Amino acid sequence: MQKMLIVDHEKCTGCRLCELVCSVYHDGVSNPTRSRIHIIKFHNQGFFFPMVCQQCQDAACMAICPKDAIYRDEELGRVMINYDLCIGCKMCVAACPFGGMGINKDGTVIKCDLCDGDPQCVRFCDMKAVDYVEASTVNLRKKREAVENLATLMSKMVS
Amino acid sequence: MPLKRKIAYIDLSKGEVEVRPIPIEMRRKYIGGRGLDAYLLYNHCPPKCDPLGPDNPLIVSAGIVAGCLASASARSHVMAKSPLTGALGSANMGGFFAPELAWAGFHHLVIKGKASQPAYIFINDGRIEIRDATKVWGAGVYDSQEILRQELGDPEVQCMVIGPAGENLVRFANVMNGHKNAGGRTGMGAVMGSKNLKAIVVRGTMDLEIAYPREALEYNKELIDMVISSKVSQTMQRWGTMFIYGVTNTTGLIRNRNFQQNQLFGGEDIECENMDKVSIGMAGCFGCQVHCRHRYIIKGGPYDGVYTEGPEYTSQGAFGTEPDINDMESVLVGNHLVNDYGLDTLETGSMIAWAMELYEKGILTDKDTGGIKLNFGNKEALWEMIHKIARREGLGDVLAEGPLRAAKKIGKGSEKYLIHVKGMSNLHSDERPTPSLALNIATATRGADHLRSRPAIDLYNLPIEVLDKVYRNNPVPYEGPLVNNYNSYEGKAWMVLWQEMLYMAVDCTGLCKYHTIFLGVNHPAFKEFARFIYLNTGLEFTPEEIWEVANRAYTLERMFNIREGFSRKDDWLVDRYFDEPTPLGLPVARGKAIDRKKFKEMLDEYYQLHEWDENGVPTPELLKKLGIDKEPSHQL
Repeated sequence: MQKMLIVDHEKCTGCRLCELVCSVYHDGVSNPTRSRIHIIKFHNQGFFFPMVCQQCQDAACMAICPKDAIYRDEELGRVMINYDLCIGCKMCVAACPFGGMGINKDGTVIKCDLCDGDPQCVRFCDMKAVDYVEASTVNLRKKREAVENLATLMSKMVS
Repeated sequence: MPLKRKIAYIDLSKGEVEVRPIPIEMRRKYIGGRGLDAYLLYNHCPPKCDPLGPDNPLIVSAGIVAGCLASASARSHVMAKSPLTGALGSANMGGFFAPELAWAGFHHLVIKGKASQPAYIFINDGRIEIRDATKVWGAGVYDSQEILRQELGDPEVQCMVIGPAGENLVRFANVMNGHKNAGGRTGMGAVMGSKNLKAIVVRGTMDLEIAYPREALEYNKELIDMVISSKVSQTMQRWGTMFIYGVTNTTGLIRNRNFQQNQLFGGEDIECENMDKVSIGMAGCFGCQVHCRHRYIIKGGPYDGVYTEGPEYTSQGAFGTEPDINDMESVLVGNHLVNDYGLDTLETGSMIAWAMELYEKGILTDKDTGGIKLNFGNKEALWEMIHKIARREGLGDVLAEGPLRAAKKIGKGSEKYLIHVKGMSNLHSDERPTPSLALNIATATRGADHLRSRPAIDLYNLPIEVLDKVYRNNPVPYEGPLVNNYNSYEGKAWMVLWQEMLYMAVDCTGLCKYHTIFLGVNHPAFKEFARFIYLNTGLEFTPEEIWEVANRAYTLERMFNIREGFSRKDDWLVDRYFDEPTPLGLPVARGKAIDRKKFKEMLDEYYQLHEWDENGVPTPELLKKLGIDKEPSHQL
């Protein structure tokens, strides 16, 4: 079964620990500009949203890459970069509608690789605003939440 | 590497900047953060200088592991001579400023002089510019940061700003980052205002190399688990510090009606559970899994729809219990106003509660208040006074001067109703049943304060084995008594001293106190500090060496106060602590007053443990032992 990274912005407290552990895990340094995940904040509304690669099925980065350097790893359900083929043209950065492709300090493109199946952002996020779950159960969770909301509504209507 | 972070000297009068590395021997002696700030203040502040004059240095810092892996490494520190007290000015702030400063290449800033017109400092990846702030001057804390983000075209910049209160030199104006992160105490915002400095804006994209990245990552997980496995952290995750109120109000350890009572009757409306009606979720400082403050939107009333963050336990006291207002709206609005004006919530609430008592006693009249009915329980009057203090209008202009100056202006015996130490108001807690906490506020280097030496766990009446584990030989020997009864005077001097050292060490590292032995007994302390400093920076300290650093820096803070004319007489409580027993509360808290004789003995014991003489002056032997007998040495 394939797992995927899901985001629940309502749980996010905006602490950015995910950015810290991502940059340390991948590059050995603390530097959010190297992080593959970012918390986008609207400071005066208290709105925090974790943004990270969606690991698209039909990925724009993959489609635009002139060297076929971007491929899907179906085992982990992720989009990966083959750095042997990558020429660093950054077309993928321009094409991604979510900002999932980034540019590292040395100019190479970077993206979330799900830490090879143990995403550090998920491991450290106590709120589980980012979570790593079975892809097939994602909508089942949502259905349960929807029914819970419905049940609350129903009980209000009855009482 | 964190150790590559530099110190910048910024002269606002001359518009000059000088950048220097921080020598490793200074790290070994002071680690960083508040510790090194204490050294810098002692060296750069001319004795007896005017705190609102250009010579008073404003020292801003990030802890040594700011932005690194250490459970919660977000704290910045601000130091100067205090315009409120004339003693040590020192304030610690959470949020996102310190890590950004570290990513921008700096750990310490020493800001001197005065800009000829409103200015802000912009620090970006090693570069420092002084820029015009005319467009921002006058704006509130929230708007100021928005204007600066827009002007710089970067939503990721982090600001340390002052609001109108700092501009107007309110002597308890704070510095702010975001909506509620406040370097609250001792008027550091007024020092910024006196320099025409509206903000310090930072943006950093420089690598902070971690000495042992994988080990530090794993150890970070251990530290986080250590902190959030405790019940007190889990309660904070859900309710923030507001949960404390339920306990202290029920017991009778809180202040009400400016110290006249120690409980707010029927005070259930300001219980933390009522935050669910307005909270949209919690917010955390950088890297922190305790996320102890609410994001909330005010519903109804004149401030309907306003978004801000908090409130803390302190604001429940400032705008709930002290002014005798059992109404959450008062707390939510009060918190918003002080956040946006850039006022210390604690001092503001204390000044107004004091004015309310004076008004009810006839010392202040309608003529003084400009017609405001400043009775206890009147939330509209409370809000109006906050506006007036920040804008320095009418009576607000008097209260903006802080406790002692305001009492002098008002006269008529008003001084005896002040609840303060060294000219700074106390947290809205009642220490009459708790001698350890009373000694803590009496002796803290920045005046009446709970975050410099409070042995808060004394309130838990813990099993004696637990007290032994925390306070004995951790990491230095202690043979004296430890008593698990918070009404007792015995052994408490050591607990206060131990907490002083711990909190100083925490403030050197840049950690938050909620991630150490403050409210949680099993939280990290000296041993863990040594480990994470090593894994992040490569710098090796033993727990004993960290204790010595803390002792060195704390002693320097004490020396600063002594140089400014403070002494044993200032390590004392106002008469009400001794003369008026608590009227309310549970049996452990009711009918309690501090015993003068026992308190004096406890103070003597505290000085002896510190190796200070009977006047509270550190002995020459101690200074020599700590290597600070030749200060100021002007090494940085």
